[in-house]
Amino acid sequence: MAEITLKGLAHSYSKTPSSHSDYAIRQMDHVWHQGGAYALLGPSGCGKSTLLNIISGLLEPSEGDVLFDGHRVNELPPEERNIAQVFQFPVIYDTMTVYDNLAFPLRNMNTPEYKVDPKVREIADILDLTPLLSRKAKTPTADEKQKVSMGRGLVRVDVSAILFDEPLTVIEPQLKWKLRRKLKEIHERFNITMIYVTHDQLEASTFADKIAVMYDGQVVQFGTPRELFEKPAHTFVGYFIGSPGMNFLSVSHQAGKVMFGELPLPVNEAVSRSVAAAGSSNIKLGIRPEFITVSNSPEPNSVPIEVVNLQDLGTYSLLSFTLNGQLFKARLPEGHAPVGDAAHAVFSDQHIALYVDEYLVEIGHE
Amino acid sequence: MNNKVLNNRAWLLVLPMLVLVAFSAIIPLMTVVNYSVQDVLGPNARFFTGTEWFHSILNDSALRDAFVRQILFSLTILAIQVPLGIGIALIMPKRGWQASAVLILITLPLLIPWNVVGSIWQIFTRGDIGLMGYGLRELGINYNITRNSGDAWATSIGMDVWHWTPLVAMLCYSGLRSIPEAYYQAARIDRASKWAIFRYIQLPKLTNVLVIAVLLRFMHSFMIYAEHFVLTGGGPGSSTTFLSQSLATMAIGQQDLGPSAAFSIIYFLVILLVSWVFYTTIMHMQKDKNPHGGA
Repeated sequence: MAEITLKGLAHSYSKTPSSHSDYAIRQMDHVWHQGGAYALLGPSGCGKSTLLNIISGLLEPSEGDVLFDGHRVNELPPEERNIAQVFQFPVIYDTMTVYDNLAFPLRNMNTPEYKVDPKVREIADILDLTPLLSRKAKTPTADEKQKVSMGRGLVRVDVSAILFDEPLTVIEPQLKWKLRRKLKEIHERFNITMIYVTHDQLEASTFADKIAVMYDGQVVQFGTPRELFEKPAHTFVGYFIGSPGMNFLSVSHQAGKVMFGELPLPVNEAVSRSVAAAGSSNIKLGIRPEFITVSNSPEPNSVPIEVVNLQDLGTYSLLSFTLNGQLFKARLPEGHAPVGDAAHAVFSDQHIALYVDEYLVEIGHE
Repeated sequence: MNNKVLNNRAWLLVLPMLVLVAFSAIIPLMTVVNYSVQDVLGPNARFFTGTEWFHSILNDSALRDAFVRQILFSLTILAIQVPLGIGIALIMPKRGWQASAVLILITLPLLIPWNVVGSIWQIFTRGDIGLMGYGLRELGINYNITRNSGDAWATSIGMDVWHWTPLVAMLCYSGLRSIPEAYYQAARIDRASKWAIFRYIQLPKLTNVLVIAVLLRFMHSFMIYAEHFVLTGGGPGSSTTFLSQSLATMAIGQQDLGPSAAFSIIYFLVILLVSWVFYTTIMHMQKDKNPHGGA
């Protein structure tokens, strides 16, 4: 049980890193509190697995410190950090039985058999592995193998944290959901810190209380699933979270107006002032597809759009349209009136977010 | 479905293959079978002897001794080479130029022709000019492979170990390289000891290459000839005379074509039998490990 702190942490696989792009993880500070259920979310190659391996000790960071409960553990190998990790592909000891596989980490710590047995059976019970216990671990199917792999991570009660590196990749969809529930259950039961790496936002938000979104070697936002959706701190979060992601408009401030290319945008005074005050050439306005309303006739503050297509997705429809040559998505509620080819859209003022140099800037609403 | 043309001339298509196999295997083998059941005295004087040669070979005590020595030799070198080969593979460097360098150095003995190996060791062990022979004598050890059968045995085994352990080591090395890194990472997380990693990860993953290594080494050592012929000539006495050498003496030295033909066939059948038993046992063991058929 431990609080894991990353202090000034950075990692590069090259020996003499010279530029930003040489770093797999750019300098960051982060705290994982004891007992939290966390997800580390990001696209492939953003440094998620590197970060996980640094926490578990399989990799030594090139800069900065890893602290467990305030103690520096940089040089400690995984076996001395008391940490469990489950990998993307199942690792099983196939000459042993499933039982012996689960008991392996405990026996390696010289746990007496009378303590091993109940623990193994408890974990086997949680993971529905009980009928397989006496079988050779070679036989199970891919998902059974992964459950054995996970079981080995869960069987040690006293671990500082359990790290999951996309553990459900090889599992079929229905079972994925079930196993995620199991993990959640285990988390609630044992109150162990869990960090779950994934590139699937749904997986992250069903498992974790707080999600760290990684992009290009950095944690760009750390928050609850709701915060990530409602207040993306970085354009990448806006684009990555939500389905579909946020729409972005590159804007500039000219002659007292907010211009989207050649088009003046009908935004309110507060937004206009914030854009004017931004002082950068990289200014973007973000709006979620949920907060764009579309109608056939002009409304106050609407802009004319060209409709590309409308996809019916059951509980809602997805409208693709272009404005000033750029493609946008809007989410229309079920039963929305049909939309013609030339329509008008309104961007809900209080849901417009301002991004300067890709990072969120609060708009001074009055 | 029923428009197949029935034409037995199609069998002619098999003919080229049949001719090839006949020349490569069947005819030479049948020649031997032919000699093994006849007593050939001259071009026009031959008598059918039936199984007489087989009886006499099987009852020949010198050959029986050679057979026992052969088995003993093969088992001994296997018992040394397999663990040694695994050990070497485990300590070989995994990457970088060191890995290539060590690989080349280790392979060197494999590139040396058999009778050259024999000559090298023959000179190596001589008491007057050989490094080892001279060295041992200077240390006060009475070492002489031409007089002492124990020395001859030990040197024969040493030579084979030197020549062929690299093969086992290379097979094991390739087997070890094919184990994914994740296994080692998981083992570290599970706090497995070095021994546990070897016992539960490396050894199981080596089973397949070890089957090949043991089969190859067994067959090979059972047929060993040139190296020992050059090194000890089968001596002192007949203490290191193995099967192949007994056969050569009989067939070429004494021109006893009938008995040596019978001997050859028995020799061949023994190797075939042992290899088959070994192979089936291993396959059977693997099946036992997997009683549910892996469905």
